[in-house]
Amino acid sequence: MTAHPWMANSVPAIKEAMLRETGAPSIEALFEQIPEAHRTQHAFNLPPALRSEVELRRHMLQLLAKNRSCEENLSFLGAGIWQHHVPAIVDEVAGRSEFLTSVWGTAMSDHGRNQAWFEFCSQLGELVACDFVGLPVYSWGCAAGNAIRLASRLNGRRRVLVPAWMDPERLAVIRQYCEPEGMASHIAVVTVAQDATTGLLDLADLRAKISEGVTAVYFENPSFLGLIETQGEAIAHLAHQAGAQVIVGVDPISLGVLAPPPDYGADIVVGTTQTLGAHMSAGGGAGGFIASRDEERYAREYPTLNISITTTRNPSEHGFALSLAHQSSYGMREQGKDWTGNSVYLTAIANAVYMSLMGPEGFRELGELVLARSHAAARRIAAVPGVAVRWTGGFFREFVVDFSGTGQTVAAVNKALLARGIFGGKDLSADIPALGQSALYAVTEIHSPEDIERLALALEEIVR
Amino acid sequence: MSGTPKLIHQARWNEPVVMEMGVKGRRGIVFPRPETDAAALVPAGMRRRQAPALPEMTEHDVLRHYLHLSQQVLGMMGVSLFGTCTMKYNPRVSEALGLRPQMAEIHPLQDDSTIQGLLEIVHRFDLILRELSGMDQFVFQAAGGADAAYTHTCVTRGYFAAKGELEQRNEIITSIQAHPCNPATAATAGFKVVTLMLEENGYPSIEALKAALSNRTAALMINNPDDMGVYNPQIVEWTKLVKQAGGLAFYDHANFNGVMGRIRARELGFDACMFMLHKTFGGPKGGGGPAVGAYGCSAELAPFLPKPIVVKDEATGLYRMDHDRPDSVGKVREFLGNLHIVMRAYVWARAMGGDGIKEAADLAVLANNYMEKKLLAIPGVARSNPEAKTWRMEMTRYGLGPLKEETGLGVVEVGNRMTDYGIDAPWLSHEPWVVPEPFTPEAGELWSKEDIDLWCDVLAKVCDEARSDPEMVRTAPHNAPIGRVDGEAPEDPARWATTWRAWQRKRAALAQQAAE
Repeated sequence: MTAHPWMANSVPAIKEAMLRETGAPSIEALFEQIPEAHRTQHAFNLPPALRSEVELRRHMLQLLAKNRSCEENLSFLGAGIWQHHVPAIVDEVAGRSEFLTSVWGTAMSDHGRNQAWFEFCSQLGELVACDFVGLPVYSWGCAAGNAIRLASRLNGRRRVLVPAWMDPERLAVIRQYCEPEGMASHIAVVTVAQDATTGLLDLADLRAKISEGVTAVYFENPSFLGLIETQGEAIAHLAHQAGAQVIVGVDPISLGVLAPPPDYGADIVVGTTQTLGAHMSAGGGAGGFIASRDEERYAREYPTLNISITTTRNPSEHGFALSLAHQSSYGMREQGKDWTGNSVYLTAIANAVYMSLMGPEGFRELGELVLARSHAAARRIAAVPGVAVRWTGGFFREFVVDFSGTGQTVAAVNKALLARGIFGGKDLSADIPALGQSALYAVTEIHSPEDIERLALALEEIVR
Repeated sequence: MSGTPKLIHQARWNEPVVMEMGVKGRRGIVFPRPETDAAALVPAGMRRRQAPALPEMTEHDVLRHYLHLSQQVLGMMGVSLFGTCTMKYNPRVSEALGLRPQMAEIHPLQDDSTIQGLLEIVHRFDLILRELSGMDQFVFQAAGGADAAYTHTCVTRGYFAAKGELEQRNEIITSIQAHPCNPATAATAGFKVVTLMLEENGYPSIEALKAALSNRTAALMINNPDDMGVYNPQIVEWTKLVKQAGGLAFYDHANFNGVMGRIRARELGFDACMFMLHKTFGGPKGGGGPAVGAYGCSAELAPFLPKPIVVKDEATGLYRMDHDRPDSVGKVREFLGNLHIVMRAYVWARAMGGDGIKEAADLAVLANNYMEKKLLAIPGVARSNPEAKTWRMEMTRYGLGPLKEETGLGVVEVGNRMTDYGIDAPWLSHEPWVVPEPFTPEAGELWSKEDIDLWCDVLAKVCDEARSDPEMVRTAPHNAPIGRVDGEAPEDPARWATTWRAWQRKRAALAQQAAE
């Protein structure tokens, strides 16, 4: 058979030469460790090989052509993954073969990658105003789960308070990390109500539920429903009085205009990295981070891989080496902090490039543009007869659109929008029934005023 | 030996940390001016007061900076026989496909009707993995191999909770040779971990397993072959014993490359298994993800899988995400998983086909045993489990214990010096080090005979240098972008710094201390 382009030794003469060197009578003989009875008696029924890139690519293009993307359509979906602009050089750098294929290496031979990782942590540290930043974890939800477990190890408590109107995806991950009831080390997840008028955390309910048994209070900014939580200081004060940690989840893309969480009392900051230059990729862009003050008691509980700046044999240069690796599962197996493995480290390099491009002014401009466009969209949609916007101000990027007054379900509206090439906002009716037939709309810098008008006109047609 | 290895020299750009770069007022990207004033849209007190101290650079300068960094990465640019990670070629056709809008610009909450191609890829690949493993259903939510091990601990909790045995079955058994993610995820999920030690043949004894099993056993989590290249011939008895004790058997298929196309996990009695799509199936390493741990299980465990599951309606031919799974353990990560990596794995599997996959296993095992001959001819090199006389599987663990005794130089120094010849430093071993001064090369089906010969020649050369010029080896690398780093500062609370701002603060504090 023709040699395979990805298998150098599939040339018969090479195989023979290598086999001769081993002294084994046949390749099959090299598998002598596998007992005969273990070997399958059933042939592998796999689809035919497409060895030629010509036919392989064609096959894949046919499959991908069945997808309808947010580029060819107009999408207002957010809720955990957001469509932001990805600058061209982000793809150029993240696609570099050296970064794409590196595996582990050493601090010297893979110096450039380690430096890029340190620059990811350093720039993110500026945005969230934290001195200690770990290398990324799988997602925002995983970061929140890790942070809650970290808090629980710090203070030995086993109850966490979270907002009632949380992203159901993220909450499901948090519940997983907190372990189900019945496990000896279960952390109880207790929800705190949100004020129906403001959408913000209900401080009376928080006061009722905070106690000496609470390991941490977790809230988000912006919240799942897009609202800017203005009571951060009061929440942190109540939590700290009870000896609980304050964990705040953020989307760092908002931090050019919004105050960083330590300003209002956060001990640990978590959040997404997807918005910082990662394509949505059907959710594959997800990434999360954990950050805090650089205090030893926090640092020694991090489950992440960490990279520290250090010196080298040459006085004039920096190096970047792993820090506190021994406390991970690589160093201590089941005694390690949660577990550590492959994560989203290539995405971290994309994030680093993105943050370098943005700079302080880029983040400010983008933040203001998102604020302006999303509020303009909310105003325009609220003008559609029968359609209401639940909270008309005080949000970043996302807002709740209530279709209850139209007599139509969100599902019906979204179906009609889809027929017009528009992906409507995430249907909230099942997750938060108190909001009626509502949907969560996301508007970012990629949405032009014409896009917003197109949505509004479509809605006017649909709900007429 | 095919010749004298030649030294290389890596790029050395003396690149500053990006935080030191730029000039106030320069811009890397600008945005349209908002149509309305946004100043009033941030609630009082929530406006950021102090701008983040990020670099202010042009687009061109940002690009050059990161290109310089990329050029200071050896990784796969030379020869990397990085064992346990199964270095593969990452087809660039997949990278190009991954950037097309029909993959990159897909939102995970889109209506099923708009992602039929994506769901079809997932379903087709699920069928391929089912065929390779004998399992009944796969999910791709886990974002790495360790996350797939975690998925197993979650499914285990769901399975025993449904049987009312969750509190009783609180132990998970593994071996000291299993990847650390197995005991670590078991502990994170709330289980007690029982670790079996290796015996003369290279694997734990049946007796040790029997002694560990009880009505408290929830699961066995084990790899096979292990990183020594030893296949446990008693594995079928193991899974039987675990089943008799009422536990679940999970196959960590991290080392699938040598056995693919010959065995099926389910036929060996396993209830569940996981494959790493970023290694065995050609997804890029990316320095550590985005990755996928594909988790598959029997029909009995399938109801407990994380949701959603991609299903095909055979009547209409349409695909959908099934969220209506009342026994599901929920989620291990948001959304469906790294489907852009699943797409790459599907590309790999289709390009290889059944014959190609079997041939890859043949070549991987051939390469490892070919290499063994050459490595054992180098004075200073020892092999793990010297009593185990059979041919090894796709990788073997060796040790430089004899060289260290002779020269005082071990595998870390040798690995550093190997990079001066363009060889990526080898993988050593997970902790604990069962073999002194361990290293674990794995050639797989990717690397050519010439690459393997070069690798072995470089190791031989460096072992010679350890005797003839030990100081030079001790202070290696010499041709890397930087000199050998100080590994102690990153462990010292007064000096570690994971961010530039922390380092600025600590450097100032240390300088002040010194002045006083």
